[in-house]
Amino acid sequence: MAGRGEDARGLFTRRALVLSGAGVAAFGALTARLYKLQILESDRYRGLSDENQFNYQLLPPSRGQILDRDGVPLAKNADNFRLLLEPEQVPDLDDLLARLSKIIPLRNDMHERIRKSLKRRSKSTAVVLAENLDWAQFAAANLQLPELPGVRPEVGELRIYPDGASMAHVIGYVGRVPESMDTEDEPLLRHPGFRIGRTGAEKALDKKLRGHAGALKVEVSALGRVVRELPDPATIARPGDDVELTLDQRVQSFAAARLKGQSAAVCAIDIDTGAVPVLLSTPGFDPNLFAKGISGPDYRSLLEDEFKPLFNKALGGTYPPASCIKPVIAVTALRQGITDGHERVLCTGKIKLGDREFHCWKRSGHGPVNMLGAIGKSCDIYFYEMARRLGIDNIRDAVHEFGFGENFDLGIGGGNTGLVPDQAWKRARFGTSWSQGETLIAGIGQGYLATTPIQLAVMTARLASGVKVMPYLIKGEEQHGFGELGFSTAGLGAARAGMIAVCEAPWGTAYRMGGLGLGDLKMAGKTGTGQVRRITKVERDDRVRKNSELPWRLRDHALFVTYAPADAPRYAVAVVVEHGGGGSVVAAPPARDILRELLREDPATLARLSGVGTSAKGPAT
Amino acid sequence: MNEFRVARLERTLSLRAKIVRINWLLVVLLCLAAMIGVAVLYSIADGSWTPRAAQHAVRFGVFLLIMLSLALIDIRWWMALAYPTYIVALLLLVGVEFFGVKVMGAQRWLDVGPIRIQPAEIMKLALVLALARYYHSLAIERATSLRHIALPSLMIIAPVLLILHQPDLGTAMLVGATGAAIVFLAGLSWRIITLGGITGLIGGVAFLIFGLHDYQRARIETFLNPERDPLGAGYHILQSKIALGSGGLVGKGFLGGTQSHLNFLPEKQTDFVFTALGEEFGFIGTLSVLVLFALILFTGMMIAGRARHSFGRLAAAGVCVTFALYVLVNISMVMGLIPVVGVPLPLISYGGTVMLTVMIGFALVMNIHIHRNAELPSGRGFLI
Repeated sequence: MAGRGEDARGLFTRRALVLSGAGVAAFGALTARLYKLQILESDRYRGLSDENQFNYQLLPPSRGQILDRDGVPLAKNADNFRLLLEPEQVPDLDDLLARLSKIIPLRNDMHERIRKSLKRRSKSTAVVLAENLDWAQFAAANLQLPELPGVRPEVGELRIYPDGASMAHVIGYVGRVPESMDTEDEPLLRHPGFRIGRTGAEKALDKKLRGHAGALKVEVSALGRVVRELPDPATIARPGDDVELTLDQRVQSFAAARLKGQSAAVCAIDIDTGAVPVLLSTPGFDPNLFAKGISGPDYRSLLEDEFKPLFNKALGGTYPPASCIKPVIAVTALRQGITDGHERVLCTGKIKLGDREFHCWKRSGHGPVNMLGAIGKSCDIYFYEMARRLGIDNIRDAVHEFGFGENFDLGIGGGNTGLVPDQAWKRARFGTSWSQGETLIAGIGQGYLATTPIQLAVMTARLASGVKVMPYLIKGEEQHGFGELGFSTAGLGAARAGMIAVCEAPWGTAYRMGGLGLGDLKMAGKTGTGQVRRITKVERDDRVRKNSELPWRLRDHALFVTYAPADAPRYAVAVVVEHGGGGSVVAAPPARDILRELLREDPATLARLSGVGTSAKGPAT
Repeated sequence: MNEFRVARLERTLSLRAKIVRINWLLVVLLCLAAMIGVAVLYSIADGSWTPRAAQHAVRFGVFLLIMLSLALIDIRWWMALAYPTYIVALLLLVGVEFFGVKVMGAQRWLDVGPIRIQPAEIMKLALVLALARYYHSLAIERATSLRHIALPSLMIIAPVLLILHQPDLGTAMLVGATGAAIVFLAGLSWRIITLGGITGLIGGVAFLIFGLHDYQRARIETFLNPERDPLGAGYHILQSKIALGSGGLVGKGFLGGTQSHLNFLPEKQTDFVFTALGEEFGFIGTLSVLVLFALILFTGMMIAGRARHSFGRLAAAGVCVTFALYVLVNISMVMGLIPVVGVPLPLISYGGTVMLTVMIGFALVMNIHIHRNAELPSGRGFLI
């Protein structure tokens, strides 16, 4: 029995040695593997560990402000409390959203939106969960953060437009980076909270306003919670530059209030420099809505509005210049020598050309009128006659010198060239030859002629100054020194005299509104009533319908161009009220008021006004 | 050297003699391992005794007392209870099949009154005991014969299949391998071993292809290519390798592990405790732990070799094999050498069940050491 036991023991020992050998081999293999991992490949894993431990968070730069000419902010920034989601750190999205919705209001379609943005962007890019939270909500979410893996609170920026609608077309607005945009080279564009200029100055000057992103090195836990921040001065965000515009916040707001409820456009130009202090299109829209992300229904209602609030009419709207063109026709007639200005043309209310009749706005006629009277009373017959003598080519060349046909977009886009027709254009466009009747109606600014409000303002500034004033909006883009116009001082003087008569002569078309109202300073102007429908012979024989009897979009456009002071022009203003009716009644008073507001801030004008006061107690006594 | 040749077989031993024979080296080594566990758990909790480090220490202390007590009882009790324990464990496994509690997709637990037990853990030791008991009663030549392979095979296969069905692939393989090792040590002929090996290989491959659950298949796929889905299933292995590798030679220092402290490590208190240790103490730390485990195993195998009865030799070796498999599987797993199977590192990982299993196992080893010269009947035991 003992022998058997010893046999068994020997067998066990042999077998145990085999098994132990296997064990030693296994332990040796593990040791070798550990050596490889911890000694040979240690550097690589050390790097990966650091990558785990540290994260770079992009710090979006503060966007530059947009200021008016006196430094009043037209676009600025406010704190935007928002929550970002790091998708790769979220174990269960449904659960997270359910928990989050107890703390802050979430949109119902949030889940779908997150899934969509996850599909679009790589998994490592954060998406916005909620923004523009109030402080209480933001604080509550921060408190609950340990139960919300993958949620990162961030204090971002919200773009604020203090003036809202009145500046909307010029300033534009910021919005999300469009999906179509290439964001490859600029990680900032992929930051979920980043906003890019989408229209207006915000878009045109985006690069300047944007600034440069910084980066923050942070130590993070596996769930993305920031354990500590490790600031590095080299990576602080550089804010964007502020941009100054020529706009006058006060007068622009005044103009917006003055034209409230109307579909209108205003452009004012500093005649000395070309600066544009007022560039208004009404109705506007609230750009703050766009900066926050406008809702579908709100956006649709803006799109469908008959007054086209999204469209910048001041730069892009085209209207017949109507009677506002008459001073230009007058100086052209004098330059071409087809009249001496004193010649009287008999206005009987209509003239015949072939078998067609052309009517004056005054059915009874003005009787014999010279140039001064024709501009002041806006006699159509006189200018039909001048246009007939000039021919369309002369008219075309002249209006080009005054800025017609030129796209003034002021560097913010949305401009329009309008249309200056001639014989070649008509043949190309319609394949028919030019008729003399078309020349006649061009003489009163009707027919194919189309101009933008800013072109009318430029025309006025050039008439007032005799030089080729160039408008500008962004400070630093001004042109120094303007070239002379190709018109004689005497000719321009005759046209200006006519425009002064419009406002200051008792028989002038805009006399009834009562002048500028700044001391004894005089203003010059020209009314225009742009017809948008053809008045048939039948209607004319019976009775031309009044504007109030017509649907809105068939009513006449009301126009008024003006400058002041008449003897030393400082500002030119053009106002177009779409389908507003008669220019003298609808467009002239607001234009005058805007002009007066501008002059109230003009040092030279103020000096003259107070000069009147000092001279009263000066040598007179 | 001559002692066991000369010494007489002992029928009984006084308590005093037993205490004198306690293998204090083994006790010290086990204490060292547990202390390492306490240190790592303390560090993982950012230098805090709560929630785990203190409990780990207290638990080990209690289990050490239990171990020493169990080591001092008569070895014939162990022998006598071998079969009943095995049968109870098998019944419990069947019970799990029908009344088990599902935890995270696997039905492994059984509620017995207020406590929840894991019958598979009991089976690990029960199988060792039962097989040792079986071969103890068998003449050596009969142990190598084909006819007497049927019963031990059945004793192994039945629990393995039951555990596999829970499903718990890791434990099933552990139990199966331990059983196979005891059969091997008992003297199975090489011819049958070769034959069985080939059959087992074919069966294993077939199982891998047809018998795996989706989550098990996913684990194996992830194991083969962990970088494929770094934030999905491969995350654990990748982060574990990063933690170990970034530890370097000397580690990031006590309390300095970034991977573990910033929660990049999964299950760092239990299955991935070795990783946390490797990150903070580097290659020196991990190698020390491997050496410590090797010493424990060496001591255990020496005890097995010095036992003068088959039961003691096989049972002690069986416990050593179980312990070694725990260590090898766990460390291979955290290094990405094998798929994640959920086997903790004995004595260091936090968790009472496995520590209790291991300590009872070493109670058996210690008991065998004390009773190495005991005269054990080869037939029926003194109870049955």
